[in-house]
Amino acid sequence: MKPDTDTIWAWLDEVPDPEIPVISVVDLGIIRDVVWDGDVLEVAITPTYSGCPATSIINLDVETALRARGLENIRLKRQLSPPWTTDWLSAKGAARLGAYGIAPPSPAGGPKHCPRCQSAAVEKVSQFGSTPCKAHWRCLSCLEPFDYFKCI
Amino acid sequence: MSAALFEMLLRLGDNTLVLGHRVSEWCGKAPVLEEDIALANTALDLIGQTQMWLGYAAEVEGKGRSADDLAMRRDVWDFRNILMLERPNLDFGHTMMRQFLFDAFHRAQLAALAQSSNPRVAEIAAKAVKEATYHLDRSAETVVALGDGTEVSHAKMQTPLDLLWPYVGEMFESDDVDAQMAAEGIAPDPDGLRAAWEATVRDTLSEATLTVPQDNFAHKGGRTGARHTEHLGHMLTQMQWLQRAYPDATW
Repeated sequence: MKPDTDTIWAWLDEVPDPEIPVISVVDLGIIRDVVWDGDVLEVAITPTYSGCPATSIINLDVETALRARGLENIRLKRQLSPPWTTDWLSAKGAARLGAYGIAPPSPAGGPKHCPRCQSAAVEKVSQFGSTPCKAHWRCLSCLEPFDYFKCI
Repeated sequence: MSAALFEMLLRLGDNTLVLGHRVSEWCGKAPVLEEDIALANTALDLIGQTQMWLGYAAEVEGKGRSADDLAMRRDVWDFRNILMLERPNLDFGHTMMRQFLFDAFHRAQLAALAQSSNPRVAEIAAKAVKEATYHLDRSAETVVALGDGTEVSHAKMQTPLDLLWPYVGEMFESDDVDAQMAAEGIAPDPDGLRAAWEATVRDTLSEATLTVPQDNFAHKGGRTGARHTEHLGHMLTQMQWLQRAYPDATW
């Protein structure tokens, strides 16, 4: 029996992002489509950044999770268009990022406040951080450095 | 297959491959940790874009080659990158000035390619232009900070600007390939990108208190494959050594 796509979306929502395990690949907004093509389940995945090394790990994790649920005919499709944007990050994902110590993306171009002490007095250290999707910021109140999820 | 489309894709993919490799040479030895990470991330974006351009080039060619084959199994004379990008890094100032001069061009080029009549080209460019925009933000900011910094940092940005200026002209060179791509609505004529590029670059360089050289002489030959500098061969011996020493090695 084929599980319906809502069920599969729920399963995928349990697959953590390999670099930021508090959010799922669904939270990240990179699962673009889940459809049955006859007996084959096709999952469309879009990369965050062109060269992000996590992309191949994510594909592997998605496939492993679906196989663990008993699905065997799986096809992963890379979908480039429309390009990924941080607007697709779920509200649940954004809240979890903040609780984890990573400031969620903000259209203003920088974090609203420090994810630790909530102070709005923050400054950019570097436009790039520990992964392609993050920038490096610092709080001027509690003096802690923190990651900011870049807005693209 | 379309020979002109293949050639154009090589030019795009070789630019990002060669610059991506050059920038990655900084990994582990940049002046400060934050810059080291920023350079490595920039290189990663460029290599990712290379996989998409050369992957599509290999499909268009239709001879069973892959992006890896094109990257690792061609020699100097088959590369189609512009000469500026194969220059050795020299110092951090030279690396960032080269990045800035290219980023400004790259963003304009990708923005135009995102409107391509070829849907594959358009979707790759729409993805890459976001990254190029981010790269340009950083390289422009660094050029201004160092150019308009101390006497020493100013000199360390003026010297590479003078060195690199004779290489910028090649970005805007047009030939039959470009004419055909422009006629088919696949890619912009490079010459048409120059005015917008100059406006961006001159604004930033003026803010950086740097003097733009007057001479418009241009070294060329890289994007047509007619003549590369001696530096590309040396770079490829490093970049390709594993596939040269152990063909078909996988892990």
